[in-house]
Amino acid sequence: MKQVSVGIIVLVTALLASSAAFAQLDPTGDWTPRFDADRQERIAGPEIGDYLGLPINDAGRLRSDSWDAALVELPENQCRAHGSDYGWRGPSNLRIWTDVDPATQKVVAYHTHLSAYGAEQTIWMDGRPHPPEYARHTWEGFSTGEWEGDQLVITTTHLKENWLSLTGIPRSDQATARVHLLRHGDILTVAVITYDPVYLTEPLIRTADFVYAPQSQMAPWPCEPVNEVDRPVGVVPHHLPGANPYLNEFPARYGVPPEAARGGAETMYPEYMQKLKTMKRLPPIPRRPSRF
Amino acid sequence: MTLLTPFAQVRRRVLVALAVTVVWGLGAPHRAPAAEKKATPAPAAPPAHDYSKDEVHVLKVQGNIYMLVGAGGNITAQVGNDGVLLVDAGLAPMADKVLAAVKGLTDKPIRYIINTHFHADHTGGNETIAKAGITIAGGNVVGDIGASAANQAAVYAFQTVLDRMSAPNGKDRATPQGAWPTEVYTTPERKLFFNDEGIVMMHIPAAHTDGDTMVFFRRSDVISTGDIFVTNGYPFIDVEHGGNIEGELAGLNKIIELAIPKDLQEDGTLVVPGHGRLCDVADVVFYQEMVTIIRDRVKDLIGKGMTLEQVKAARPTRDYDPRYGTRPGSADRFVEAVYKSLSAKH
Repeated sequence: MKQVSVGIIVLVTALLASSAAFAQLDPTGDWTPRFDADRQERIAGPEIGDYLGLPINDAGRLRSDSWDAALVELPENQCRAHGSDYGWRGPSNLRIWTDVDPATQKVVAYHTHLSAYGAEQTIWMDGRPHPPEYARHTWEGFSTGEWEGDQLVITTTHLKENWLSLTGIPRSDQATARVHLLRHGDILTVAVITYDPVYLTEPLIRTADFVYAPQSQMAPWPCEPVNEVDRPVGVVPHHLPGANPYLNEFPARYGVPPEAARGGAETMYPEYMQKLKTMKRLPPIPRRPSRF
Repeated sequence: MTLLTPFAQVRRRVLVALAVTVVWGLGAPHRAPAAEKKATPAPAAPPAHDYSKDEVHVLKVQGNIYMLVGAGGNITAQVGNDGVLLVDAGLAPMADKVLAAVKGLTDKPIRYIINTHFHADHTGGNETIAKAGITIAGGNVVGDIGASAANQAAVYAFQTVLDRMSAPNGKDRATPQGAWPTEVYTTPERKLFFNDEGIVMMHIPAAHTDGDTMVFFRRSDVISTGDIFVTNGYPFIDVEHGGNIEGELAGLNKIIELAIPKDLQEDGTLVVPGHGRLCDVADVVFYQEMVTIIRDRVKDLIGKGMTLEQVKAARPTRDYDPRYGTRPGSADRFVEAVYKSLSAKH
């Protein structure tokens, strides 16, 4: 009897000791995106002037208002990658793999590759510190990861300036991100929290789902900038404050009150739905046919 | 490596020495007597900064190039078998720490300093650092003008840097003679070959000041920009000393023209800014876009007949202020510099 009790204690102790390891669900492999949320924005593309649900401040609003789509066609912007806090939302296949220390067999780093722009992120798992402030910033930033239960939590610093939306809603190079990877069987949920002291008044939380797809193909992303439009050196397309003629298209087309389309933290929360009902709307304009 | 002929070196040094003598001589009679200076009470000086706690950090860039951070303006160090070339020298009180940082990279001597402009956070260390170095010279040079010709590193700069440092207002001498550039140029470019690498000094007229030099290390593929490009605030356009928004933008556009990024517009040519973090051309593009947009806005407001105060009140920088205008008054100073630059043309 005593031997049985000791055996049970040893077994329970062993199980408890290894629970963290059991809880770590393997995120590696090939995944394809599932567009069951924010489909319009993520596939067809966001609308100019749609800041709804984004906790941007006045500075972010003016920068967004000033953005001109012609900026993207400048050679220096054509191949620019999404940031690692945004790339997950695109129509990208995802591959995740590991670097393993051959001596200890511990995971030193996870790597992610998104087919859009071929963006690759390294997530260091070996406890190394983040670089000093004078080190370079990159599209993907510098990332470290740790397991919190069955979630891989990634902390990213040293991001280059980028956008929260393709329509020029800015995210600064002072931003940091925390990304939670949660695997539920063959579904991988990526929850991204962006903290930006420059353009956000509250953290922005967004999620994207992927489906395990070991048979999927990872297409290369060759990108070579070319001069599409002959412009004088140094020209930067933009709208002067108050002069963007396209800002009312989104609220008019979708029946969204213009005030709500301006976004802000308040527009993220469910109670804002009640306030929406009291707001004035613009006369509707015809919807464009969806490409999808 | 390409060097001036010994005769040219001697001639240049003699010319510099003559210029220094003339400037010094002209300046002396105009210096205000001590009694006159006492007549105007000086404003309370801010508390002196304790430099003993500041550190110089070294960051490998790529190729032969390192970035030294913390001595005032950023310093670029090119290190190789021929010795060390520094772009800028930091603040005077940090010079010994800069020397220690360089010593940590190599035992080879400092041969050259290139000043990107005359401000003290980039030239303050000239005298101490140059004296710790040694010029590549010999033969007739040493024979003609003595060993002192080779007893310090050569200090390169655009002509107006020497003008500013030797006689900024035609009355007073601004800096000790030992801190002045020893080799000046007046052409759009000046080239060196050092440490197996072609080095191009590019003068950008009327940009941050009237004496800006950007330095392109061609094999290492690194551009050292001076204060034409910084990451920690709006550009400081020193209009009083010949700076201008159009030259500032010409400088930024020159960086974008020279730099070749790798995939995804990243890496490739790296850029050492005058202040702030190590960058590549994508960072410069964001900065150039910001400066251009604000220039265009101010130009539009001037076109509407607004005064400087009205333009400031319109806050044409307000979307960039949380990122670049966090220092009190810096946004207004930038707007004022842009306004004055553009108004001077009308």
